[in-house]
Amino acid sequence: MSNATLFLTVFLTGLLLVVAGLGMAILLSPKSFNTQKGEPYECGIPTHGTSWMQFKAGYYLYAILYLMFDVEAIFLFPWATIVRELGVQGLTSIVFFLVILGLGLAYAWRKGVLQWK
Amino acid sequence: MLQNYSQPLEFTNLTTWIDSTLGANLPSFWSIAIEMVLVAVALLAVYSLTAMILIYVERKITAFFQARIGPNRVGKYGIFQTVADVIKILLKEIIHVNKVDKFLFYAAPFFMIVASMLTFGAIPFAQGLHAVDFNIGVFYVTAVSSLGIIGVLLAGWSSNNKYSMIGAMRSGAQFVSYELSAGFALMTMVVLTGTMQLSEMIESQRFCWNIFNGHISAIVAFIIYLISGHAETNRGPFDLPEAESELTAGYHTEYSGLQFGFFYLAEYLNMFIIASIAATVFLGGWMPLQVRGWDAFNQIMWYLPSYMWFTIKVFLLIFFSLWVRWSFPRLRIDQLLNLEWKYLLPINLVNILVMVLLVLAGWTLNDIF
Repeated sequence: MSNATLFLTVFLTGLLLVVAGLGMAILLSPKSFNTQKGEPYECGIPTHGTSWMQFKAGYYLYAILYLMFDVEAIFLFPWATIVRELGVQGLTSIVFFLVILGLGLAYAWRKGVLQWK
Repeated sequence: MLQNYSQPLEFTNLTTWIDSTLGANLPSFWSIAIEMVLVAVALLAVYSLTAMILIYVERKITAFFQARIGPNRVGKYGIFQTVADVIKILLKEIIHVNKVDKFLFYAAPFFMIVASMLTFGAIPFAQGLHAVDFNIGVFYVTAVSSLGIIGVLLAGWSSNNKYSMIGAMRSGAQFVSYELSAGFALMTMVVLTGTMQLSEMIESQRFCWNIFNGHISAIVAFIIYLISGHAETNRGPFDLPEAESELTAGYHTEYSGLQFGFFYLAEYLNMFIIASIAATVFLGGWMPLQVRGWDAFNQIMWYLPSYMWFTIKVFLLIFFSLWVRWSFPRLRIDQLLNLEWKYLLPINLVNILVMVLLVLAGWTLNDIF
């Protein structure tokens, strides 16, 4: 079988597991109604307002930094597979790439992004 | 000529036999359809069995670490405890919470399970026994396993609960950070082996596992991968997303019954996946310990079937992960992010360059001997 077919099989298996499991649970499980049950669980204290609100920006800064390095990783993976054939030239050219990225990290560090406030 | 010392216990015999029999007797469409069903059944069986065994093993080992007995009521030594738990969780009511975002709330477990299943399918369990074997294997694994975090974020956001929200945000920041280190550590090994396909990677480790082959650099990468894999699975000292004393259960606070069960399942499977990727990339996967030239020794090593080697390596790594989990206190979020961004990531970037130097200068063990 080709890899694409197998990939599809694995994907469908994952979906099937959740659908079948939930279906079985819904059929087997008892149902009862109680107004208290529908409340959000916050340790017995009535919820104050919604939780879909503005959130600490610190988390997003890390996400943005992550994006920078993750895109870099996409470029680095093909390079990593053929670095043996590229030889010294491959090493020198990637050093520039890594230095620029390192500067990006250093800039973020200096600006205090990595400081949790 | 490389010898395989092929033996009757290997699964390769069975799979090739099934493939050839079906191919000879049925039109190609039906043989592919039947094989798809067989693969799906095998995957489901291994997936759920692994999870059940892991949960039992974890509870038992944890108990020993804490000087308790652990599960011992259901069956001899409590071996049927997880079976009982599965039945119990199936019979639990799935509570519909009023204020949740319904679509996202029900979609989240799908993301968790499908992501872990896709990664699970790429693991080479034994010689010739893997579902998906892309030529970009390592990249595929890092890409697909990171889909799980979408499920976590959806769960936390859609629950409309402050605990879930904080848990999901912490989990997101943590996962996203440590994903980088894990990816770079794997990339270091890609530099060493020169291929991203997992089966070829194992083949290249025939006489020298990667961790020995790349010595200094590989050991650093291995340690970094273990730390970041540990953090990605939200376990051990890195379990802030579900820090039970502060956040009840983190992102899955609002889930009940089997929906909670799916999160639980995905968590354990992710632990297994991280351990098996570490075993495959660093410790030779299913490849037995062999030394070039020692033919008799190699033959003895092959008496243990390849899936046994894989299982032993993976469970040793899982034991190590449990050991770490119960030995260290939980980190604070700033310590956690500092560890990644100020230490692991710069070390990793330098480590890749060191590995390139080792490879280009011919200082790997395979080159020396």
